[in-house]
Amino acid sequence: MSDLLAGDTITPDAAKSPLLSLPTASISTAVPLTRLSFRGRNDAIEAAGDAFGVALPTAPLSCATAGSRAALWMGPDEWTLLAPEDELKTVFDTIEAKLADPAHALVDISDRSQAIIVSGEKATWLLNSGIFIDLSAEAFPVGTVTRTIFHKAPVMIWRTGIDTFVVDAWVTFMPYVSGLLVQAAEELEAA
Amino acid sequence: MSQPFRTEKGGRIDRGEELTFTFDGEEFHGHKGDTLASALLANGVHLVGRSFKYHRPRGILSSGSEEPNALVGIYRNGDQTPNLRATQIELYDGLEAISQNRFPSLGFDVGAVNDLLSPLFPAGFYYKTFMWPKSFWDRVYEPIIRSAAGLGKPPRTPDQDTYANQFAHCDVLVAGSGPSGLAAALAAAETGARVILCDEQAECGGSLLSESNASIDGKDPANWVHETVARLSSMENVTLLPRTTAFGYFAHNFVALAERVTDHLAEPDSKLPRERLWQVRAKEVVIAAGAIERPMVFPENDRPGIMLADAGRTYLNRYGVKVGHKVLVATACDTAWQAAFDLADHGVEVVAIVDVRETPPDNLIAIAEARGIRVEAGCVVTGTLGRKRIKSALLGRLMTSGQVASGGQIDCDALLMSGGWTPTVSLYSQSRGKVVWAPEKGAFLPGISVQKERSTGASKAVYGLQACLEDGYAAGEAAATAASGKTATITYSSAYGGEAGSGGILGALPHDRNASRVKAFVDYQNDVTAKDVKLAVREGMHSIEHIKRYTTTGMATDQGRLSNMNALEIASGTLDKPVTDVGLTTFRQPYTPTTFGLFAGISRGDFFDAVRKTASHEWVVQHGGVFEDVSQWKRAWYFPKPGEDMHAAVERECRTVRESVGLFDASTLGKIEVVGPDAAEFLERMYTNPWKKLAPGRCRYGLLLNDAGFIVDDGVIGRLAEDRFHVTTTTGGAPNVLATMEDYLQTEWSDLNVWLTSTTEQYSVAAVQGPKAREFIAPFIEGIDLSADAFPHMSVKEGTFCGVPCRLFRISFTGELGFEINVSRRYGEMMWETLATEIEKRGGTPYGTETMHVLRAEKGYIIVGQDTDGTVTPYDAGMGWAIGKKKFDFVGKRGLARTDLVADGRKQFVGLLTKDPKIRLEEGAQITTSENPATGTAAEGHVTSSYYSAALERTIALAIVKNGHAREGQTLYVPMPEGSIPVEVTGTVFYDKEGAQLNV
Repeated sequence: MSDLLAGDTITPDAAKSPLLSLPTASISTAVPLTRLSFRGRNDAIEAAGDAFGVALPTAPLSCATAGSRAALWMGPDEWTLLAPEDELKTVFDTIEAKLADPAHALVDISDRSQAIIVSGEKATWLLNSGIFIDLSAEAFPVGTVTRTIFHKAPVMIWRTGIDTFVVDAWVTFMPYVSGLLVQAAEELEAA
Repeated sequence: MSQPFRTEKGGRIDRGEELTFTFDGEEFHGHKGDTLASALLANGVHLVGRSFKYHRPRGILSSGSEEPNALVGIYRNGDQTPNLRATQIELYDGLEAISQNRFPSLGFDVGAVNDLLSPLFPAGFYYKTFMWPKSFWDRVYEPIIRSAAGLGKPPRTPDQDTYANQFAHCDVLVAGSGPSGLAAALAAAETGARVILCDEQAECGGSLLSESNASIDGKDPANWVHETVARLSSMENVTLLPRTTAFGYFAHNFVALAERVTDHLAEPDSKLPRERLWQVRAKEVVIAAGAIERPMVFPENDRPGIMLADAGRTYLNRYGVKVGHKVLVATACDTAWQAAFDLADHGVEVVAIVDVRETPPDNLIAIAEARGIRVEAGCVVTGTLGRKRIKSALLGRLMTSGQVASGGQIDCDALLMSGGWTPTVSLYSQSRGKVVWAPEKGAFLPGISVQKERSTGASKAVYGLQACLEDGYAAGEAAATAASGKTATITYSSAYGGEAGSGGILGALPHDRNASRVKAFVDYQNDVTAKDVKLAVREGMHSIEHIKRYTTTGMATDQGRLSNMNALEIASGTLDKPVTDVGLTTFRQPYTPTTFGLFAGISRGDFFDAVRKTASHEWVVQHGGVFEDVSQWKRAWYFPKPGEDMHAAVERECRTVRESVGLFDASTLGKIEVVGPDAAEFLERMYTNPWKKLAPGRCRYGLLLNDAGFIVDDGVIGRLAEDRFHVTTTTGGAPNVLATMEDYLQTEWSDLNVWLTSTTEQYSVAAVQGPKAREFIAPFIEGIDLSADAFPHMSVKEGTFCGVPCRLFRISFTGELGFEINVSRRYGEMMWETLATEIEKRGGTPYGTETMHVLRAEKGYIIVGQDTDGTVTPYDAGMGWAIGKKKFDFVGKRGLARTDLVADGRKQFVGLLTKDPKIRLEEGAQITTSENPATGTAAEGHVTSSYYSAALERTIALAIVKNGHAREGQTLYVPMPEGSIPVEVTGTVFYDKEGAQLNV
């Protein structure tokens, strides 16, 4: 595992200036993505993985990546599939074509949320200003992904490196989430 | 500068750095490392406040957070923070402090007349006095009590500081960094366990920082502290938090810590938060809270200059301050003797050591004699003299008869007292543990652990330096092993000296004075005397919980850590019952006073809650639209043109939509994509309506009930494919609807192959409504035949809008021809700007929620939560048509059959027209049968919606009225302060009753 776990999938959006840029912590907006919610029972997992090109992980809170695609475990019957922005139709149609039989649900949620990338040696400290779960490397190793709460907003966090996290929040909650992270980081600039 | 009571040398202050501060405007000097209390004492200032009830002059009693008297206000940022304990305030250059509860000045306080009138203020004074007549409660008594209540004055300006938050997890949390706490932290940390060590003081070390008569591993204890802290600081698995109070022990080993980040800084960087709330989940907690010394309860034991013996010793050894030049030491235990010896060794005249005990230990007497200190055994203080500072003390000799004989008078300018030690069991008590009385220790000690915690050292009455170290190491090791399974072999340090000795006394001391005339204080902060506690018992309060509430003893900011044991002993003696029968009050969170700011944290201003904005937000701002808050959302309310007020704007918007076309942002409505082979079956079970026969490409209005049969949500549902539905919900109801659906799916119908995904934020939605809606959107839409035949009312199709994929619904919440265009959120701004720009050119208008409300009311469409209140059934709402009569079951079907829901007399949804078409009823107004009902007459119902209708050129209203459906045509009344308003009951559809406008 490396900092590049999500490197091919979720990258900073070069068109947008970083939200925070300090020696010990930075926050940047991620590029738009294809996001699909895949739901199904055990009989659909293998076929969906084949169709997507990334085997769907079955271990709780885990992820699987291949090339520029990633499958994130969200629940026993729920995965978030990530792919480059322009692959939405291809991915959607491929999966639907190959899964004619096992019951499943595939829903486009590409624009429902936005992702930011929080990194730096103070990244866990910064996130723990609003996230109550244990983000130590032992309890939340690289590759772990979970839904949780940041202060009052629901978020999804994915540890893509020892000091790098993807934080995904519904679009209308992102100003709250990123705003509070930037506010919490202010003290890192204090003399 | 002159600090007359500063020692020549010694202490942990930085004598090289002199700081200037003011107290009540007078300038003083101190040193870095001082607290405000130690700096005031160095300048000979003991009088720092006035007591709560009697306004008696009060001095600094302690050196810790339990301080009851020295409460001051600190000025910062142009405002004042009240009720801070001078013993905890670290001195910084320029500090401005003021005393409290005095007028006009600390030296001359008119409130002190209360002291002379004190026979008028017995225990239970408030209960006895402010009782009758009842009419005085609000207007007379409450203002009097309010103005007398409290000590400091609240700040007047908004808090300019920020407060941070940090969630943390650890294996072992150690609260307190005295010898036991440091040993525990070190032992736990050496195993590799994750350790957090916090201490409320500015530096770690606790009692070791003022220890003069001991060594650890042959070193000065302060050096051992330094080395231990350095070792802990160097370890990555350790978080050291000085200035951090563990103030709350909650369930599941969740402990809240308050870190004071900037209060000690002269000019804090504005980027730093003032405080940080640490919310710690600890696998194991080690409570090393130590013990505090008890005051002795003798008459006039509250004069400035009277102080706890260990505090006197701490000021001397840690801060280099002599509490007086002629010090009397009164004690019942050994530890105070060491304070006397230390003072004598610093050249202070110790006028006598007065020990209650007949035979204090010989070795102590020998040391005292060697220093030439007069020792009086079997002797008590029976009173003191001096107004703003103690001048002398009266001594009494204990006789074998139990009486006290006068023992003369002795001059002094300070009196150090020690009634013994009380273990601090607050955190243990907060953890829901039950304390156990240990008669041999004369103390309540932690009992069985309820949570994963253990107390160590003096907090469980383990005294003496070596014993505390050993106990701390053992506690730390055991906690680490329990938490992480890890062990380590570490070398224990061993201590020499620092013996605790023995002794201690509880309750009021005997004296030879007139008991009804003297005040011997038990609770300093609340001015509760021994006499008050006895009176409370005589008046029938036999439980400590009652005594506490009757007298307010133990209600001080230390929650009675100083006073409880003495009060308990007095009550126990008066009742002639053992202390265990009187009980001990429960210690609760917070351990010490904690700021509101810390609890509020980030929840203020812009970040009080998430503010959710739709894709049209910026356009609306730029075009002067006015917003209203709908749950967390900002929704456009109306769009005033220059010169228009709200009424004019809404009237114009309504007219334009009815006559031409309007554009409305419907993005906030909840959206749920229901997908799977059993999707129709699932909706069939959730909603009242039938779904199985709905063809793909068609929509239906859905009504959602709870189990009781009451309406909880509604919305239009479109069938996109056999196995895919696009469900809409109300804006505010979206999260609840999804949660309710998930609940049923997971717990009742887990066999169904259907899955729910919230798509509220996936789509931006533009509603285009009005007779010209079709022609208006036609140029932008491709791939969908918009003609009435191909795309009738209640249809849905997928196509493109300006080339991007869209889901187009033909639905209406206005009663006009209407479309709702759904595009992916990223195209939301483009869609809105395209349509909004074009609509103005075409004589149409954007409209807001107010116009939407009026238009739907003209059609009698309900708004869930406005026209319904959780007690309205579909039948009450006149919506029986929405119930699938042939359906086997749906949520709420059984509820609807309840006898009370089918009984006569239910409140039903109706229209109301005022006889005077210009009068607009007030929403929420009550409805009655008679014009001038007698007081107490029950209302027949109330107005739920009321507007001016541009289309009808009159006002309209919706209401729920008892038996309303049968009362159509009747006249009812809406009584208002200006007179009763006659109204006619009508149907709920006011406009286009035939629906001709819809089907075009």
